Amino acid sequence: MSQVVTPSATPAAARPRVRRDIGIKRRYAAERRFRAYGIAAILFGLVFLFMLLTSVVSKGYTAFQQTMITVPIEFSEQVIDPNKERATNPQKLLTANYPVLARNAVAKVLGVAENDRTKMREVGQMLSDSVRAQLRDLVVANPSIIGTTQSVRLLAAGDLDSAFKGQIDLDVTESNRKISDQQVGWMKQMAEAGTLAKHFNTGIFVNGASSRPEAAGVGVALIGSFYMMLIVLVLALPIGVAASIYLEEFAPKNRFTDLIEVNINNLAAVPSIVYGLLGLAVFINFMGLPRSASLIGGLVLTLMTLPTIIIATRAALKAVPPSIRAAALGLGASKMQTIFHHVLPLAMPGILTGTIIGLAHALGETAPLLLIGMVAFVANYPTTPLDPSTALPVQIYMWANEAERAFVERTSGAIIILLLFLIAMNVGAILLRRRFERRW
Amino acid sequence: MLLLTTAVIAILGYLAGTRRALALSGGRSSNMHSRPGYYGSFVAVWAGLPALLVLAIWLIVSPAVINNVVRNDFPADALAESAATQSLNFGMIEGIARGLNALSAEETAQAERNPDELRALMGSRGVAIAGEPQPYMVKAAVDLNRLRALNGWATAFIVTLIALIGGFVSYRMIKPRFRARNRVEHVILGSLIVASSIAILTTVGIVASMLTEATQFFHAVPAWEFFFGTVWDPRFAAAGSGGSEGQFGLIPLLLGTLYIGFVAMLFAVPVGLFSAIYMAEYASPRLRAIVKPLLEVLAGIPTIVYGFFALTTVGPFLRDISAQIAGLTTGNYTSFIQAQSVLTAGFVMGIMLIPYVSSLSDDIITAVPRAMRDGSLGLGATRSETVKRVILPAALPGIVGAILMTASRAIGETMIVVLAAGVAARMQLNPFEPMTTVTVKIVNQLTGDLEFTSPQTLVAFALGITLFAITLCLNIYALYIVRKYREQYE
Repeated sequence: MSQVVTPSATPAAARPRVRRDIGIKRRYAAERRFRAYGIAAILFGLVFLFMLLTSVVSKGYTAFQQTMITVPIEFSEQVIDPNKERATNPQKLLTANYPVLARNAVAKVLGVAENDRTKMREVGQMLSDSVRAQLRDLVVANPSIIGTTQSVRLLAAGDLDSAFKGQIDLDVTESNRKISDQQVGWMKQMAEAGTLAKHFNTGIFVNGASSRPEAAGVGVALIGSFYMMLIVLVLALPIGVAASIYLEEFAPKNRFTDLIEVNINNLAAVPSIVYGLLGLAVFINFMGLPRSASLIGGLVLTLMTLPTIIIATRAALKAVPPSIRAAALGLGASKMQTIFHHVLPLAMPGILTGTIIGLAHALGETAPLLLIGMVAFVANYPTTPLDPSTALPVQIYMWANEAERAFVERTSGAIIILLLFLIAMNVGAILLRRRFERRW
Repeated sequence: MLLLTTAVIAILGYLAGTRRALALSGGRSSNMHSRPGYYGSFVAVWAGLPALLVLAIWLIVSPAVINNVVRNDFPADALAESAATQSLNFGMIEGIARGLNALSAEETAQAERNPDELRALMGSRGVAIAGEPQPYMVKAAVDLNRLRALNGWATAFIVTLIALIGGFVSYRMIKPRFRARNRVEHVILGSLIVASSIAILTTVGIVASMLTEATQFFHAVPAWEFFFGTVWDPRFAAAGSGGSEGQFGLIPLLLGTLYIGFVAMLFAVPVGLFSAIYMAEYASPRLRAIVKPLLEVLAGIPTIVYGFFALTTVGPFLRDISAQIAGLTTGNYTSFIQAQSVLTAGFVMGIMLIPYVSSLSDDIITAVPRAMRDGSLGLGATRSETVKRVILPAALPGIVGAILMTASRAIGETMIVVLAAGVAARMQLNPFEPMTTVTVKIVNQLTGDLEFTSPQTLVAFALGITLFAITLCLNIYALYIVRKYREQYE
């Protein structure tokens, strides 16, 4: 379209050759529009991926820091053991009034008089309830510190933590927020003195469940998830590989193997919650295994991942060229030897990639675990797969249902941990594929 | 422990078998039919496999036998009680039996004489017993402990014996002409078949377990009330009362499921389809190599993360923005979209489903033969015309299959709706209000304490089987379409 002929410029009727209007402009516009829809669709997807990740990260990165108050604590014998009965009564050290020690120490730093009851209570509220356990463990582990003064790093209360991280709007009137003006003043005072500061939060990795956000962590959930992944790996990989070898290499083409084929494809698409129902009915109700145990979670996830692994393994086996099989058979190897000595090692990278991706899916799965009672408040580390435990995504679910602001931060923090694990697994799978993939 | 013993015997058998085969071959391994390792494996299989099978059967059968024996010694009045009371009593006996293990022999004898003090005695050892033990219970508990100990020893003895016999017999069978490899390979083949039938077993397990529990539910609540009832109000009955006054209408839940799924598809299908078309027809290989994995990341993110995103970001955002819109148009700043709503859940679920639609349809579009594309372009059609007039009609069945598969995901999706859709089972058509789904109700009914007798719990299985049936039909139909479509172009 070099020249656009317009009626006003030339008397069109006079010219014998008229360019037939095939609507090229309109068609090219449609073409451009169509293309733009495609780009818009992709952008839409990517923008939401980006938003999802930034929303989680911006809410959650603060969870890896924790506000702590470092004060010299006087382990006064008068408070811990006024009647000097700790030698005879071991319960004494366990039940002593430790929060008072912490509160007095902080009050001393702030210059609050010990007989000012209302102020003392406010000071106490700035500390997490978990200082009781913290100081108790210190004293029980080493009773000789009674009577001395030690510098101890105490957990600040969840609300103070949120306020210090700037997550509580301090412009709201005092009665409408969870932290008083007095406490904010003290917070600033201590922050300037350096007693109150943010430190790296190891608690979120090692602690168990807690109703106090500042002391809650994913330790138990990590162990539970680890057990489950171990069970899935130990069960699903061999069974899946064995099943796919049979289906791919040995199975005669008949009704039965057809049925298995259709079955596996369908199982891969069954909603995960149905596997939870299966686990509940078969493993818990029928076999009587304990609820909340990571063993059951592992078994349910195994059944769920099996189809994924089988499909990936069959694809990997199919990709091994027939010439390898023919060569091995020609040298007198039996069919079994051909497969186990030659085909399987060559297919291994593909199988492992599929397995890792299946494991990553299993790691993020929540719904079936809710049904088999993994929604449990577990504060102690499980030592065997039969102990009650919880899993990382379930922990996220439980925290997501908590109302406190500090738990939103914890939830996002846990999600970041989960996503990091998933990224690590997927990157591992990609590297494995890059490193060992062969094109025949 | 027993497993370990068997394993040790099997390993020893392997070593002995290999050694014997080497010895028999007299230095020339071609004298033997198979390589030495196969003889070793043969012995190991014979030592391990029968023993393990017997162990498995024994472990399954013996508790039932022991319980029967103990129960036979019950006094007549205990046997006359209802099944529930009996199982309760048996639980108590189990507790006593566990407690007795913590006591010394002398204390046990004393306990047998006067069972009244037993509870206090065990309480001091940290064993709590549910009720006041009756005399026959203590006797039964002692019996139970005795039988269990006996059973343990018997199992150990018999399994070890079988392992040894198996190992010995197979060891004697090793001869130069003996075809050990073929035997071992048969065993391997057998285990492969067993492994592949686990897939079938899973399906059978799903269907059987849900059907049995669901039939129990339908005993309490008539099927037509469940399938056609329009009110969902299960009314948690007090534990044990077993009252079924609640109403279990499936319709509102199903409607919510379909509605939310529909909203999700409304977002996912156009976006997914257009990105698939763009990536298949327009994008350069480099762009494709970057964008495709990125979009697939969306499918790899756990659904709980989407749920959290909906709960904390999308829901409040929609609520606030609707308040702004309402304020600008009517002057009344009340939000008309609730934080938990059909729209929130559907929208977030739609984002999650984009990669499913896009990668499935991408495969299908690229499977359309090159010749059709070239023919259309050669006749002067633009790319978009080619896509609209030639490729999409050719790929339509496959795309419909892909969409159906995605729809079955949407219907079975749980975590997003649990966190973002709400729990109120209502029948309404306003997408800005919360609705609930089948999966949400399954989770609601089954978290917390539950007993397998009340319809409040069992209804979850009825819901589950409905869900399973719907997704199964969708999947089978979709797979059928896709398969048919592939055949057309291969």
